[in-house]
Amino acid sequence: MRAFTYERAADVRGALAALAAGGEGARFISGGTNLLDLMKLEIERPTHLVDISRLPLRDIEQLPDGGLRIGAQAANSDTAAHAVVRARYPVLSEALVAGASGQLRNKASIGGNVLQRTRCPYFYDTPSPCNKREPGSGCAAIGGINRTHAILGASDACIATHPSDMAVALAALEAQVELLGADGATRVVAIGDFHLLPGSTPHIETAIRPGEMITALVLPPPPPGVQLYRKVRDRASYEFALVSVAVIVASKGGIITAARVAFGGVAHKPWRSREAEAALVGRPATMATYRAAAEAALKGAVGRGHNDFKIELARRTLCRSLANAVQRVPEP
Amino acid sequence: MTSKSSAQSGNLTAPADALTTHPVRLLVNGTHHTVELDLRTTLLDALREHLHVTGPKKGCDHGQCGACTVLVNGRRIYSCLTLAVMHEPDEVTSIEGLGAPGALHPLQTAFIEHDGFQCGYCTPGQICSAVGMLAEARAGFPSHATAAVASPDIELTDAEIRERMSGNICRCAAYPNIVAAIRDAAKGA
Repeated sequence: MRAFTYERAADVRGALAALAAGGEGARFISGGTNLLDLMKLEIERPTHLVDISRLPLRDIEQLPDGGLRIGAQAANSDTAAHAVVRARYPVLSEALVAGASGQLRNKASIGGNVLQRTRCPYFYDTPSPCNKREPGSGCAAIGGINRTHAILGASDACIATHPSDMAVALAALEAQVELLGADGATRVVAIGDFHLLPGSTPHIETAIRPGEMITALVLPPPPPGVQLYRKVRDRASYEFALVSVAVIVASKGGIITAARVAFGGVAHKPWRSREAEAALVGRPATMATYRAAAEAALKGAVGRGHNDFKIELARRTLCRSLANAVQRVPEP
Repeated sequence: MTSKSSAQSGNLTAPADALTTHPVRLLVNGTHHTVELDLRTTLLDALREHLHVTGPKKGCDHGQCGACTVLVNGRRIYSCLTLAVMHEPDEVTSIEGLGAPGALHPLQTAFIEHDGFQCGYCTPGQICSAVGMLAEARAGFPSHATAAVASPDIELTDAEIRERMSGNICRCAAYPNIVAAIRDAAKGA
C-alpha cells in the first residue's frame, strides 16, 4: 500500500474543504471495504484520505411526498433492516441482504456501495492490461476468461460489470443520488444517469464530479406492485451475481398494469430494461408474456464466449422473477 | 497524538509526513492502548503485530474469509478491511475479550461441546461473528434466507444460521457442527 495522510472530517463542509485542499490524490473514505482492498493492491493510490464515516449522514427519513431519504453514511445492514425500507421498498432490503456478508454489510455505507468498483478479475490482476485501471492498455477480459462479464452495453474497451446488488433495486425504484459540491451546491442525479457505460472511457464510471460528496439516496414513493429481487450466483451466499433481477409488477384481472425491470451482473451499470417493461404492460400475466419481455430485454445482448450462457440465464431469471412476483400477493 | 486543529475540518488526525508513525489510541477488550502506527496499518495488523492480540487471524487479508472478524462497538466487521486509525475511540472486542479459560463465553462452550472446529484457525472469527450475528437476529435484521423481509420476527432456522454466517469460511468444513453450536447457544441466549 502506498503512503497517505489521513484526517477525520468533523462536518460535511469541512470534509469537502479537506478534499479540495488535499489536491488530486485526495479521496473520501467511508466503510473502506472496497477502497482499502484496492489500496492494498495499489490499484487505488490516494495520497490523502478524508474519513467521512462519522459524519451525521446516517438518518433514514420519510419525506412529505411519501418518499424516503437515506443518508449516505447509513450502513448497508441498517438500511436493509429499517422498518420503512422493509415495508415499502422490500426490493431494496432484499437486494442489500443478497450482497456481501454480515460483516461487510455492517461496515459498508450505501453511498460507497454505488461507487464500488468492478470485480473483473483482470482489473484486480495488475500485470494484465486493463483500460479501466490503465487507460489505453487494452482489455484482457476480451478473449480471456470472461464467464462473469457483461452481455449488454459493453464496448471494445471494457466488458466489466457493476457489482452492486443494491444499485439494481435502486434502478427499479428510480432513486436519485444527492450530491454536494465544494461550492455548497446540491444537485441530484437520477440513478439511471449516475453510472456510465464504458464506451472508450471505462475508467470514468459515474457522473460524480471532482470534489463532490454523495450525501443521500432519495427514493420516490414506491410504484404500485409487488417488489422482488432475485440473484443467481455460483454459490448460495457471499458471492457476486452472475445475473440478478429487480422487478416491480402490478396486475389486475390477470392483466399487467405496471412494471419495472432492472438487471444486475449483465452490464457496466445497473441495467434498466424499458423494453421489457413495454412488453409487459397491458398484456396478460402469463409465461408467454414474460418470455416476450425477456426476449425484448436481451435483444441486443452479445456474448463473449464464456459468458454466452448469461444471455439465456438472464431471460429465464426474469421470467421466474415475474411469475413469482405476480404470485406473491393476491390481486386486490 | 500528532494532531492539529483546523478551522475547516476539525481534528486533523495525521497531517504532514506520511512515512512516520503516529500514536493511535485504541480500546481493545476493555484496555486502553496508545500505539505508534504507520497510517497504513489495518485494525487486524494493529491487534496482532502491535498489541499481540492474536485471536483475530489473517486468512485472506481481503475480506473474503472472515478469520479476522472482531466486534467494533458490538457489531461484527472484518478487521483486515479497515484502518486502525479510523477506530479511535471505538470499543474493539476480539475472542480474548469474550471469554477466558475457566470463564468461557457460551458460544465458546457450545463450539467445544459440538466439536465446531478441526484446525481451529477460523474459530475466533467464527465465534466473534456468531456473537454479532445473534445480536443482529435479536435486533430483527433480515437476511437473504428470510422469507418475508417485512416480517419483524426472525426465526433462527439452520438455513438462517448458514446464510447469516456465510461471511466466515471454514476450510476444514466443520459447518454442520458450527451450525449446531450456534443453534444451541442461540437457544440459551
